[in-house]
Order: sequence, then structure tokens, then C-alpha cells
Amino acid sequence: MGLVFYVISFFAVGGALAAVLLKNLVHAALALTIAFFGLALLFLRLDAQFAGFSQILVYVGAVAILVVFAILLTKGSEVPKQGVFSKSWFTGLAIAAGVFAVLAWAVLRAAPSLPNETATPAVNVNDIGNALMGRYVLPLEIIAVLLTVALLGAVIVAMHEKERAGQS
Amino acid sequence: MTPLASYLIVAALIFAIGLAGALTRRNAIMVLIGIELMLNAANLNLIAFWRYGPHPELLSGMMFAIFSIAVAAAEAAVGLGLVISIYRHAKTSDVEEMNRMKG
Repeated sequence: MGLVFYVISFFAVGGALAAVLLKNLVHAALALTIAFFGLALLFLRLDAQFAGFSQILVYVGAVAILVVFAILLTKGSEVPKQGVFSKSWFTGLAIAAGVFAVLAWAVLRAAPSLPNETATPAVNVNDIGNALMGRYVLPLEIIAVLLTVALLGAVIVAMHEKERAGQS
Repeated sequence: MTPLASYLIVAALIFAIGLAGALTRRNAIMVLIGIELMLNAANLNLIAFWRYGPHPELLSGMMFAIFSIAVAAAEAAVGLGLVISIYRHAKTSDVEEMNRMKG
């Protein structure tokens, strides 16, 4: 593993940590963008160009903007007086630490039997398109329906209550 | 350590950070951010296993990750719509104050 991997992982993990720890929600959203970008770079380093650029388009481009919109619409940029962490923060932290301990233990135990450096897979966007239109066409259609339903649902859920009350 | 193991450790770290964020923050938007981080960590696992797995040309892990990105986008849209709707109704986005099923 080269230096590049460590630098990218540092940005991804550091961005995630900052997103969770920062008190101001707008700063947290910006840190989240850094984490998403670092993850996209990790995807690119894993020779998954299509997934990496989808990650940049969907997460850095859309989800981060949605989060910022939601923060500004809910006055979330103001730091609450009673603090940003819940009363049961210690339990949550202990559960997260336990999950990480179990995962890391499993990975480190299995590490000697994991496959080592393999040849770069010869996969280009053409193959991905063929797979999406061939073997994975049914999931693709279901995802299309899911996205349509989810976006309509999001609009209806976030619509003003007054307009619906006026109609009925 | 093999490259796959280091990617898995990074993914486990990001997953644990996201879980801690989802469990400890008060603001509903921060809970959603934690969930997004956890989904991303799972995607990193899928891509890493695809890259170092026995048959990368079958594209299974890659397809899983791409579909998971699409599902996560839908989840983020609906989740943030719900947060805005609840905020308009209860005038708060603090999950500890949202303790009633009845409006």
C-alpha cells in the first residue's frame, strides 16, 4: 500500500470524524463532502472508475446539497444550548466502539487468507452498460421505479400542510 | 497487511464513525448523515471485494455498489423531506424531543 492510500484514507476518515464531531451543522455538511470525496478517490484507486464518478455525482453533487438545504430550512445551523450530543451518548459511543472492535478483529484474523495483489480487472464502461442492460436489467428497472416513487414521496411529504388542508 | 485488509479496516472505521454519529447526535439531520456514512462504508467494502475477488469481470460487487448508491440517494431525499416536514410540525429537529407518535 502506497502513500497515496494513506493520504486518501486520512481525508476520508478525518472528514467523517469531523462531520460527526463538529457542532455547527453547516461545517459538518462540508466535512461530510470531504469524506464523500475521499471515498470516491478510494473507489478510483480500486479501479472502479464508474462507481467513483457516480459517487462524486450523486453524493458530492446531490446528497451534500440536499443536506445543506435541509439544514438551512430547519434552522439547524444554530448550535443548541443543551449541546449537540444526546443524553445517552456514552451508550452510543460504546456500541460503535464495540462494532468497530468486532469488525477489525474479524478482518485482522482473516487478513492472512485474503487474496493479495491481483491483476487490474479489465472492465470498462462498455461492459458495465452491457451488464446493466443484460443481466441486471430487472434491478435497473426496479431502481428507476424506486427513484421515481421516492422523489414523488419526498415532494409530497415536504409539501406545505396548509395547501392540503385547503383542498379537503 | 494485504491491500484488501487495509481497505476493509478503513471501511470498518468509517462505519463505526457513522454509527457513533447516528447514535449520539441530537439533530435528526446528523442522524441521517451518520446513516449515509455507514452506507458509504458498505459500498467501499463491496468495491474492495469486487476488486480483489476471484471474478471481477462478472461485475457483481460493482453492480451492488451502484445500486446501493441509487438507493442511498432515494433514502436521503425521503429522509430529509421527512425531517423538514417534522420540523414544520413540531418546530424542532431534535430527536430527543420527538417522543410522540401522535401529532
